[in-house]
Amino acid sequence: MYAFDYHRPTSVKEAVGLLTDGAKIVAGGHTLLPTMKQRLAAPESLIDLGRIPDLVGIERTPRSLTIAAMTTHGAVAESAEVKEAIPALAELAALIGDPAVRHRGTIGGSVANNDPAADYPAACLALGATILTNKRKLSSEEFFLGLFETALEEGEIVTGVSFPIPHKAAYEKFRNPASRYALVGVFVAKRPSDIRVAVTGSGSNGVFRWTEAEDALAKRFSPKSLEGMSASPDGLNSDLHADAAYRAHLIGVMARRAVQKAADR
Amino acid sequence: MTSVSLTVNGKAVTADVEPRTLLVQFLREGQRLTGTHVGCDTSQCGACVVHLDGEAVKACTTLAVQCDGRTVTTIEGLAAPGGTLHPMQAAFREHHGLQCGYCTPGMIMTAVDLVRRKGHHLDEATIRHELEGNICRCTGYHNIVKAIAAGAEAMAAEPVREAAE
Ligand SMILES: Cc1cc2nc3c(=O)[nH]c(=O)nc-3n(C[C@H](O)[C@H](O)[C@H](O)COP(=O)(O)OP(=O)(O)OC[C@H]3O[C@@H](n4cnc5c(N)ncnc54)[C@H](O)[C@@H]3O)c2cc1C
Ligand code: FES
Repeated sequence: MYAFDYHRPTSVKEAVGLLTDGAKIVAGGHTLLPTMKQRLAAPESLIDLGRIPDLVGIERTPRSLTIAAMTTHGAVAESAEVKEAIPALAELAALIGDPAVRHRGTIGGSVANNDPAADYPAACLALGATILTNKRKLSSEEFFLGLFETALEEGEIVTGVSFPIPHKAAYEKFRNPASRYALVGVFVAKRPSDIRVAVTGSGSNGVFRWTEAEDALAKRFSPKSLEGMSASPDGLNSDLHADAAYRAHLIGVMARRAVQKAADR
Repeated sequence: MTSVSLTVNGKAVTADVEPRTLLVQFLREGQRLTGTHVGCDTSQCGACVVHLDGEAVKACTTLAVQCDGRTVTTIEGLAAPGGTLHPMQAAFREHHGLQCGYCTPGMIMTAVDLVRRKGHHLDEATIRHELEGNICRCTGYHNIVKAIAAGAEAMAAEPVREAAE
């Protein structure tokens, strides 16, 4: 790891002031530090968000759940409020990495990183979450742009994610047994206005919505509506873990399981 | 250099470190606490697990400067001052939960954190699931799982001194 300067601001405003060219934010560090060790990233300075009290916590209102950026996966997994409002989200957080990873990794870091195999982007897209930054509010569609790419601009920090509470939701993940990232992950949400199915781990352009499945489920919210369906392999990743055809098949299987789980709630 | 002050195994420590110093380097090279191991250095194996404010974390993926003002407990901080083993350590010995011993400190720190979160009565499936971040290349995990189940029960029986936390 190359040397860098280290700053530990105590407010978002101070953090933004320090975010000059060559500076990078460190949240849980569970993506950034491994990348820096491999010298794939060499920031001149790190801005640690770990001491900003406003960036930690979970807030429930009648219609939404807002999770501040520095809230760890472990805190989301164990939160009574999350389990009650959106149990699928607590379950998703509990499936990220392993216990030690969950004690450090944060929701803000996960969405800002937009890893194509990360779990939270699927929840954001399916639930219709709003990504909150120090400057604006973005819909998930506006925010997630592609592989490791988001709409974040220079000097912009994710401050939290706000999830509307769905009628029902569930997440099913086929984990890569070595890395535990999603080989295929499908988040299904029955929202007051529509039904959404978001897929992670598969798309060569990152998280996406499987609209054919959404249309089929709009007629009847049951795994039967998806019987025999699999996603199109076009635009899916092929790598040593799984080829596109296998991923396309798994998307159908995970979607049916997720719908069943949601319907049973 | 940046100054860090933290509590390590109950003792206040202040040191000047380069910001890029990993917590595991700080512990092993700075504090000579070599019980915390480096297996993979890529956040996968769990040999480096310590407690940060009571929670299991990978010391190879945490910067020492991120621990300023906080409390770290390593495997050296688990046994009672006289050297009496912590019940989880004793269970690993009793059930032969190790062969080469390289992964053992991380296994034990993870196990103690698991008891904190999930209580004293742990079934095999829970233990195996919770060990996903700790890799052992000799035992096949069987005795580790047994040791953790027994250690968890023993921790309930004995009012444990709150490690150095
Ligand atoms: C062994 C292992 C297994 C894992 N398994 C999974 C898994 O199964 N599923 C999964 O989804 N993830 C997994 N992860 C990734 C983990 O969830 C990371 O914690 C997460 O992707 C990044 O969060 P972080 O807080 O660690 O961010 P960091 O590593 O600190 O930062 C990541 C990037 O986001 C930027 N950033 C961070 N916070 C903000 C912010 N608030 N505003 C703007 N930019 C910001 C940083 O500058 C950096 O570029 C795994 C990681 C490891 C090491
Ligand atoms: S040495 Fe830290 S996880 Fe392997």
